[in-house]
Amino acid sequence: MEPTRPPTEQEKFGRHRPLTDLDAHEINRIEELSYDLKIREVMASNVITTSPDVPISGVLELMRVNRISGTPVVENEKLIGIISLEDIVRALQNNELAEPVRKYMTTDLVTVRNTDSIVEAIKIFTEKGLGRLPVVDGDTKLKGIITKGDITRGILLAVERDYKEEEVRRYRASHLFDDIISDRTTLVLRYTIKAGDFTHGGNASSNIKRALLRLGADSQLARRCGIAAYEAEMNLIIHTANGGILKLEVEPHKITISTTDDGPGIDDIQKVLQPGYSTATDKVREMGFGAGMGLVNIQKCVDKMEIESTRGKGTKLTMRIAVSNETLNSKKG
Amino acid sequence: MNMNLRDIITISEGEILTPELNTDVNIHGGCCADLMSDVLAYSRPRAVLLTGLTNPQVVRTAQMADFRAIVFIRGKKPQQETLDIANQENIPLISSPMGMFELSGRLHDAGLKSYEGNGAD
Repeated sequence: MEPTRPPTEQEKFGRHRPLTDLDAHEINRIEELSYDLKIREVMASNVITTSPDVPISGVLELMRVNRISGTPVVENEKLIGIISLEDIVRALQNNELAEPVRKYMTTDLVTVRNTDSIVEAIKIFTEKGLGRLPVVDGDTKLKGIITKGDITRGILLAVERDYKEEEVRRYRASHLFDDIISDRTTLVLRYTIKAGDFTHGGNASSNIKRALLRLGADSQLARRCGIAAYEAEMNLIIHTANGGILKLEVEPHKITISTTDDGPGIDDIQKVLQPGYSTATDKVREMGFGAGMGLVNIQKCVDKMEIESTRGKGTKLTMRIAVSNETLNSKKG
Repeated sequence: MNMNLRDIITISEGEILTPELNTDVNIHGGCCADLMSDVLAYSRPRAVLLTGLTNPQVVRTAQMADFRAIVFIRGKKPQQETLDIANQENIPLISSPMGMFELSGRLHDAGLKSYEGNGAD
């Protein structure tokens, strides 16, 4: 009798298990890598080659000794053909093994450039059903050979490398909330924003976004917080008399971004919340801001926005974002 | 359809302003605007931004909204600060001699989707 065993994932869910966000993320990452990785990074560069003037019997011996089924033909370092077992069989049929390689080699070549991304090689492998491709530089000099196996190995290595580098940083940061024990742990980052400093506008928000990614936020959460922080940062630069403070507070289940300034304050809060209402100068508008969309945008990005302002005293803007279970916690899967 | 940034450079007859950065980048769609708040409010991640503005805020905006590259239209060239931030944040900058309408049309014809949307991923 057959022993019972637990069903495999495939049996349980069938072949059409729905694609999860995590799957999609991983697939995207591989797709990205196949654009980022260059052929020269994964190809074999120690290639056994032959000259066009050697007799075919010589090449046959070369293939036998090295256990290969074909070899590029190179003259003055340039790739001029490929000779494979098939070509040799043709020579054998004509009883011409003493003839030079030049006579039987294939000269109709499909090649890839060493500087191309591996996507190019994948395309050719799929379209033409070839198993290996010679790699040349812009000058048709032979640089190596690439096979499907090289690509798979290259991607796996790159995934591992890519993963390790960012993961180490992310691991350290995301364990913050596990390693430090308190009843309530909050990470606070403060940035001083100068009024009118357009050149550095966005630097603080850029750092906020990076910090959130390292703390384990997914790209969508980091994007929402980055946009909200950036609009708020630009408001300090555009509208305040003396600049202000941009503050990020991170807790395991919520993120709070806030700005405080000491004036001039807002007369009518209802008015500034209307899309299109703006008091910005032409200079600000020329820079692509001041269209009266800032606070409206912020509201779209955050779960809750509060604004308190007193004319002559200043404004406090608070933006709260709820973090779904354990995004900012290393205990997630 | 996704498009390689290199194809976008060819179609836009573009000049690469950040030669140190990798242009072998996968672009998922396109978005054009001169209003940075519009970009922040109505765009989707992983797109290319076509714009007539060249100040450093354009790159910051692109970074916040997860754009992968920026094309300046009508042959515009940015100031040094803009180039510095782009290099630092790894966002390739291209300058195209075409106008916004012309370039959008050509990219759309070539199969690049509109990524001007409601901000959802």
